[in-house]
Amino acid sequence: MFIALKRILRAGFVGFWRNAFVSFTSIIVMVVALFVIASTLFNSYSLESALADFQDRVDINLYFVVDAKPEAIDALKSEIETLPEVASVTLTTREQALQEFRERHKDDELILQGLEQLGENPLGASLAIRARETQQYEGISNFLNERQSKETVGTPLIDRVNYQKNKDAIDRLTDLINSERRQNEIISLVLIIVAAFVMFNTVKLAIYNSREEIAVMRLVGASNYYITMPFVIVGVMQGLIAGVLVLLLLYPALIWDETLFYPFPFFNDTTIQAFLFDYFISEFATIFVVIVGGGILISAISSFLAVRKYLYV
Amino acid sequence: MIYFDKVSKIYNSGKSIALEDVSFEIAPKEFVSIVGHSGAGKTTLLKMLIAEDQPSHGQVFYESLDIHRIPRSRLPHFRRKIGTVFQDFKLLPHKTAYENIAFAMEANGRHDSEIEENVPQALELVDLEDKAWNFPHELSGGEKQRVAIARAIVNQPDIIIADEPTGNLDPIATYEVVQILRKINDLGTTVIMTTHNKGVIDELGRRVITMDEGRIVRDDAEGKYVL
Repeated sequence: MFIALKRILRAGFVGFWRNAFVSFTSIIVMVVALFVIASTLFNSYSLESALADFQDRVDINLYFVVDAKPEAIDALKSEIETLPEVASVTLTTREQALQEFRERHKDDELILQGLEQLGENPLGASLAIRARETQQYEGISNFLNERQSKETVGTPLIDRVNYQKNKDAIDRLTDLINSERRQNEIISLVLIIVAAFVMFNTVKLAIYNSREEIAVMRLVGASNYYITMPFVIVGVMQGLIAGVLVLLLLYPALIWDETLFYPFPFFNDTTIQAFLFDYFISEFATIFVVIVGGGILISAISSFLAVRKYLYV
Repeated sequence: MIYFDKVSKIYNSGKSIALEDVSFEIAPKEFVSIVGHSGAGKTTLLKMLIAEDQPSHGQVFYESLDIHRIPRSRLPHFRRKIGTVFQDFKLLPHKTAYENIAFAMEANGRHDSEIEENVPQALELVDLEDKAWNFPHELSGGEKQRVAIARAIVNQPDIIIADEPTGNLDPIATYEVVQILRKINDLGTTVIMTTHNKGVIDELGRRVITMDEGRIVRDDAEGKYVL
């Protein structure tokens, strides 16, 4: 058993080197195929991080009336904070709001002049409320609307709640991302299947060259296992080398321009950055397993199936 | 040792008959030549022996074993009892002469020490010690065939089957190959050879089975090439 294993390994290594040209060609094709698989990986990561980014931007803004008392504002803030769905509540005071407004319009003389003439701060304080889950915004919004409608006595505290207005835009974006995600899944699947087929056919062609050799081995009395395994070893080596080459190529490619791997046409580098290089580094173990493991697996299985075909003698 | 019992082989669903009702027997240590025109059924006969092809009717026995009832998984085991030599040599192109011979032993699960001992002996028998590390494409036709013979005998099989072993060789190489086969036979191995070569048959002076159109037409103990 040990002798057979040793011989199979040696025959595999020797076969790889003596067929160096064929091995080399197969590896080139596998590199291309695995590169395609790697880019589908990066594509979907970009999409996922875009979706996460959008969900992060969603919040509810509650605007207070201009003459709302700071104590009343604080009271409402702590009341909202006690809701279980709420992740965070950020207060923007009147002064902060004015400062931000000035900052935003610092190049617009007309608006700044108007503000001067007004003499007093026209802006109210506001709360930015963030939920733990996207679906919980609806409930928080309802709570706030109810709260607002009860304020019939005395001076009202809440000026307006802007959820409904944002909601449509958010929903549309989420829909867009979801359909983009589905599209990406289909494209990825097709690309992965095509890449696997290309690899399979390359291996098949290389082994087609050896079909007479395989028949001779049968006639000389070698068992199927003993004939097949060296070819599988060659397949493993080719897959391994191709996978490692792809990882080595990805490194400079991602440093050079990671937008190469953004899914078209949803992205460009000015809107959302997916930080693929950081992803490549931090998730290196997973990517290694997918690319190198996938390469080895596809190539070894292809070799196994291709040799089986010629074992009929 | 080998018994053909009314063996027929029909190809193309009855249109071409390769073997028709062939029966004969081969005893241990015999040297049997099978002669006949192209298409007489010689190669088909040999294919039956190593189970490369199945008969349409009849049975082929090795000792008491029905060759065509051996399950596919056991075939390699059976084939190790028989050394085969082909007209086109069928060497493994990416292995050296030494490795080609060693492969037959490795496939047999023999120990490295045995391989290191027996392969040089086999090379010596076919007089190719100096070409041990050459690849097949670096050898002449006669040398390739001698490597193939060395590979066939290295496992000390009971039978050597040689299908037109001299078909691609010049007269000198032919002579050498036949001498080697005769030497192997003298050492106690049964040899079954097909050939076209009248000179080879006449010089051997051993048993000759003559075939024509799938039938055995003559079987002479000390035959000449008669066709």
